[in-house]
Amino acid sequence: MLLTRLKAGGPAIAKQGILVAFIVFMIAFSLMSDRFLSADNIMSVFRQSAIIGVMAIGVTIVVIGGNLDLSVGSMLSFATVLVVDLHDKIGPELAIPVMVMATLCLGAINGFLIGILRLNSLIVTLGMLSAIQGLVLIYSGGQNVDIVDQSGTWFAIFGRGAMFGIATPIIIFGTLALIFHIIMTTMPFGRRVHAVGGNPTASVFSGIPRSHVVFMTYLISALCVAIAAIILGSRVMGSQNNVGQGYELQVLAAVILGGTSLLGGSGSILRTVLGVLMLAFIQNGLILMGQPYYTQRLVTWAVIIVAVWLDVAAKRGRLFSPIA
Amino acid sequence: MQLFSENPLLRWLMRNPIWGFVLIIFIFFSLSADNFFNERNLMNIVVQTSTIGLIALGMTLVMINGNIDLSVGATLALAAAFAVDVQSWAAFATWGNWQILPAVCIALLVGILMGAINGFIVWKTGVDAFIVTLGAMLGIRGLVFVYTGEQSFYAMNFAYSDFSFMTIGPFPVLAVIFVIAVLAVHWLLSRTVHGRNTYAVGGNREAAVNAGIRVGPHMMVNFMLIGFLAALSGVLLSTQMGAATPNLGRDYELWVITAVVLGGTKLTGGKGDIIGTLGGVLAIGILRNGMNLMQVPAFYVYVILGSILIAVLFLDKRFNRAENGGLRL
Repeated sequence: MLLTRLKAGGPAIAKQGILVAFIVFMIAFSLMSDRFLSADNIMSVFRQSAIIGVMAIGVTIVVIGGNLDLSVGSMLSFATVLVVDLHDKIGPELAIPVMVMATLCLGAINGFLIGILRLNSLIVTLGMLSAIQGLVLIYSGGQNVDIVDQSGTWFAIFGRGAMFGIATPIIIFGTLALIFHIIMTTMPFGRRVHAVGGNPTASVFSGIPRSHVVFMTYLISALCVAIAAIILGSRVMGSQNNVGQGYELQVLAAVILGGTSLLGGSGSILRTVLGVLMLAFIQNGLILMGQPYYTQRLVTWAVIIVAVWLDVAAKRGRLFSPIA
Repeated sequence: MQLFSENPLLRWLMRNPIWGFVLIIFIFFSLSADNFFNERNLMNIVVQTSTIGLIALGMTLVMINGNIDLSVGATLALAAAFAVDVQSWAAFATWGNWQILPAVCIALLVGILMGAINGFIVWKTGVDAFIVTLGAMLGIRGLVFVYTGEQSFYAMNFAYSDFSFMTIGPFPVLAVIFVIAVLAVHWLLSRTVHGRNTYAVGGNREAAVNAGIRVGPHMMVNFMLIGFLAALSGVLLSTQMGAATPNLGRDYELWVITAVVLGGTKLTGGKGDIIGTLGGVLAIGILRNGMNLMQVPAFYVYVILGSILIAVLFLDKRFNRAENGGLRL
């Protein structure tokens, strides 16, 4: 039954699978909780998902380019600790550029090792995850950092402020998603990333500077982490030195849920945004229904596997794998 | 180069660079850290290594298959929670010290079950193991929280926590279990049909299918093995602590993968062995222990390990590529 439907209307529906699932979940939750669809609640979910969302934009681009980035979690710890610590030492107007430059350097190391030296991205970023976590601990001496004057600094605007009645994190997240969506869909760079991820050899033969493109994807990923760190640091006004621990896999889960193939070459920023929002709404909806927060993990488990399964099944035209 | 190819020991080291590294840091710490080179500390290293080491044995099988398992840390925590909690079930209240037996059995079965779920999904859906086990990592950790209600469990039966202090002759029982597991998995991988199939499936899945290997069930068995080993590791860890916390084993999957990759197992499958993996886990264990004794803050271990991981990858690419005509890691 499902199989025939997949075959018949398959490609069209499967392409929008995440959208369909998103709508189904939204309807289900709004039926079960009357507060779920209130403007306040939706805004707060958007705001909460901004940090993971901004990071997921960068990781999506890396994954479309055919690589992985597991170092974003440690990098977030690094960037947040750095910006919060420097805020009181040299002031926010200097702390932000210094932090962004330092984070971009880490991204450049990733990019050099993976883009130029062509090392395996999973292992390199795994090594970087560990190394950067160590750097953060060495830098902070194992201490947590915080900003002393929390109410008197304009740094608060990124995490706590609002413009036109919309919280700043949402505006930053939305703007970045839009910019990078336009870059990825209409500009030469976007096409190159798709080409490199889809078929590296063919892209080289077509004269695409593969090393350079991969290098750039890691710089973009690092930039996104830096922006996420500004939002996080400004919102919390302090930072634990392992604040980003585990983010890398949550971000990856959102990216996968958004239908980006880990093999590279296909994916979309807007669908990643849907993936991020879906995970956030599932968590929010379950909490509104009175479930403990960890129920979300169980639902996420099922949702990720079913989503990717249907995607794979639609591509091969049969539900179950033909492997004996 | 001439010299390298003639001396069998050097040639072996060329193929297993991690053991060269283990040797170097072993000598280094023996010379520079007091209390490193004595029997007690060396046993200590083996015991400390066994937690990650047991899982790494299973991960080697799964990675030679061309799969990966990110859910091992969560499985470890779930098994530890069962092992400690089941002891206090009313059904076993009158069993005395024997109540530990059903607890451990149930914990190990839970581990095998989690592995079976992962393996079955990978087999039937054809979804990449990375994605399946990434989901399972979140999900099984969720199960841990559901089961424990975010509480830590403490072992009421002291025989349970005494177990980790037991010795067989001069050797701690935990070290003996680890060594037996290493030998068993090494035998499985190098002397049995299942082991040969493991390499075949990872080396060329299509050829393995054509050769009549039932690839799906085969991979599922390996996932069950890693589930079992992760659960065993969780049980042993909980005997050491006399407790099980819901956050137990966080990030272990990353340590384990690091160890296995250091040992020369290829992510693309088809290549790797237990000897290398043992070198990988010992490298991590010796490094952590030695730096601890030298009172270097634990932070530096992360940086060093990360750098070594990348360096090994780089050297492997430099040397092995020319030799084997384009190995892909």
